[in-house]
Amino acid sequence: MKGDHSGNLNYPRNLLVSFHRQMLRIRLCEEAFVEPILAGEVHCPCHLYSGEEAVAVGVCAALTDRDYVFGNHRSHGHYLAKGGSMREMVAEIFCRETGCSRGRGGSMHLIAPDVGMLGSAPIVAGTISLALGAALASTIRRDGRVAVTFFGDGATGEGVLYECMSFAALKKLPIIFVCENNYYATHMPISECRVGREIHEIARPFGIESRQIDGNDVLAVYDAGLHAVEKCRAGNGPVFIECLTYRYRGHVGPDDNVQGSHTDIRPREEIELWREKDPIKRFEGYLTDQRIMTQEELNMAREEMTREVTDAHDFARRSPLPRAEELERYVFA
Amino acid sequence: MSSHRKLSYSLAINEALHQTMAADPSVFLIGQGVKSPWYVGDTAQGLLERFGTDRVIDTPVSENAMTGAAVGAALAGMKPVVVHPRVDFMFYAFDPIINEAANWYYMNGGKLPVPVVFWGIINRGGEQAAQHSQSLHGMFAQVPGLKVVMPATPYDAKGLMIAAIREPNPVVFIDDRWLYKLEEPVPEEIYEVEIGRGNVVRPGNDVTVVASSFMVQESIKAAEMLVKEGINVEVVDLRTIKPLDENLILASVQKTGRLVVVDGGWRTCGLAAEVSALVSERAFGALKAPVVRITLPDCPAPASAILENAYYRTSTDIIRAVKSIL
Repeated sequence: MKGDHSGNLNYPRNLLVSFHRQMLRIRLCEEAFVEPILAGEVHCPCHLYSGEEAVAVGVCAALTDRDYVFGNHRSHGHYLAKGGSMREMVAEIFCRETGCSRGRGGSMHLIAPDVGMLGSAPIVAGTISLALGAALASTIRRDGRVAVTFFGDGATGEGVLYECMSFAALKKLPIIFVCENNYYATHMPISECRVGREIHEIARPFGIESRQIDGNDVLAVYDAGLHAVEKCRAGNGPVFIECLTYRYRGHVGPDDNVQGSHTDIRPREEIELWREKDPIKRFEGYLTDQRIMTQEELNMAREEMTREVTDAHDFARRSPLPRAEELERYVFA
Repeated sequence: MSSHRKLSYSLAINEALHQTMAADPSVFLIGQGVKSPWYVGDTAQGLLERFGTDRVIDTPVSENAMTGAAVGAALAGMKPVVVHPRVDFMFYAFDPIINEAANWYYMNGGKLPVPVVFWGIINRGGEQAAQHSQSLHGMFAQVPGLKVVMPATPYDAKGLMIAAIREPNPVVFIDDRWLYKLEEPVPEEIYEVEIGRGNVVRPGNDVTVVASSFMVQESIKAAEMLVKEGINVEVVDLRTIKPLDENLILASVQKTGRLVVVDGGWRTCGLAAEVSALVSERAFGALKAPVVRITLPDCPAPASAILENAYYRTSTDIIRAVKSIL
């Protein structure tokens, strides 16, 4: 984009428009939680996805509703990009009965089985093996479905990731390992967690095709996702994709964890540097430069997405809370 | 006649697997050593030849990932049975079993059930020491979202395995190699033993002995000795330890007024403590004597045979306990 994207330039216009809308939709939805969190209206821990939108949107655009996705603690973007209902997600984060998990899960347990979002969970690396199993199910049934596991750089410290890569490679399972490298595992900069910073190299000893891409370039992510999906469907999985990206907010909540604040983690210049590489801003520049969308159309999209977010918040606020008498509903043993 | 056909405990499990896999293409078996009698005895014999490597999957030594894969496959609509040839190895898999499988249905508001069987084999004795002898049923039973079954007989082993596979929620199925050679008539047809239902395996009026798994057999042995002395023991086989068949236990204690709880697990916060607490809460008035627990001591399993003999409980301990409250 602006010359820094080397991918296929013959994308259908509606696809490009949809990339923009979806990234914007996620960003506006995420940022709309800041106020309710600060006001004490939303209590459950929210790990905001702002800044990483291109990864979820690019990968999920390469999938169909029949393909499977598993998320992690920071999965608002994955859920929305896979086609989950925004109303149900916002209601879940407000812990309402109308939420996608009926107020039993909160921000970290988002699920939409109808569109292949089989769930998310905050045990770091805990859902990688679940995606492995979904890919195994696809292989046993020979139904051509692909499973995607989204995890962060922090998950590379967990042994189960390596167990999963080994088995996936051994059985050539249709699974795409998508590592969202945002350079921080909660408060720990990657340099304090790993000897090497090149995460994509960890898949190579298993014979897994692996690459590192600009995770803030939605077209690069889409191209990598499409290639990985094709390989997996042809029985030549798995594939590993490391997406370099950055979260604007801190690990949890709206705090930006900037140095000098009470969390005291990230240099201000680093955050500003990544703001320059903002996936939405860059893509909007590309769309106008290529005359795919006008500034007016971009503004209209923003207004439309804002309306959807406002509607979702209204829906959540007027939705009933779970009833205390139903504490043990969904308990079977 | 099929009703007279005898089958060993291990082959009863094998038959359950053959029949459910033949009836339902979504059932598959995954785990360490499924093609090796060294690991799983004869419980898996003939499965690989009949169903192929797609559905009988011997795995690398990766308990965490393999168990998680079974959970993920269940979420994607399959009915996996994941076997751990020793319960001890399941510690590596506690995250997928407890954090993921047990919680998934509740924490997602009932959106997606997890029809998976976690099959753990107790393989103790023979001077195998602390990490090749454990049974963790009490730990599993404490977790909301796991059903836990422990068959004591070939009939129940087949019926509970079939029920566990058909159950839409996660079931921990724990069997015991000490029972593998036990034989009795087992129906040839496919049938279920209902999860959550215990069984009075020997009626009596004097003392209730509640037991599960291998300790049921020791309890029956004790009852047979005691009846010669005119003491009639009622042996209750729990079969399922979560959810407990509370009414069956309470009804027996209402009748006898005396209770010995026998468990092959540790003492502190264990199954025996749970049964004992249940009775003291809900049948206190019926008790004519204090409840006695026969459990493993709070001690790791030793190697030396002399120490093993001191460690494991037998019919002798049960007889002594029954007499102590008469």
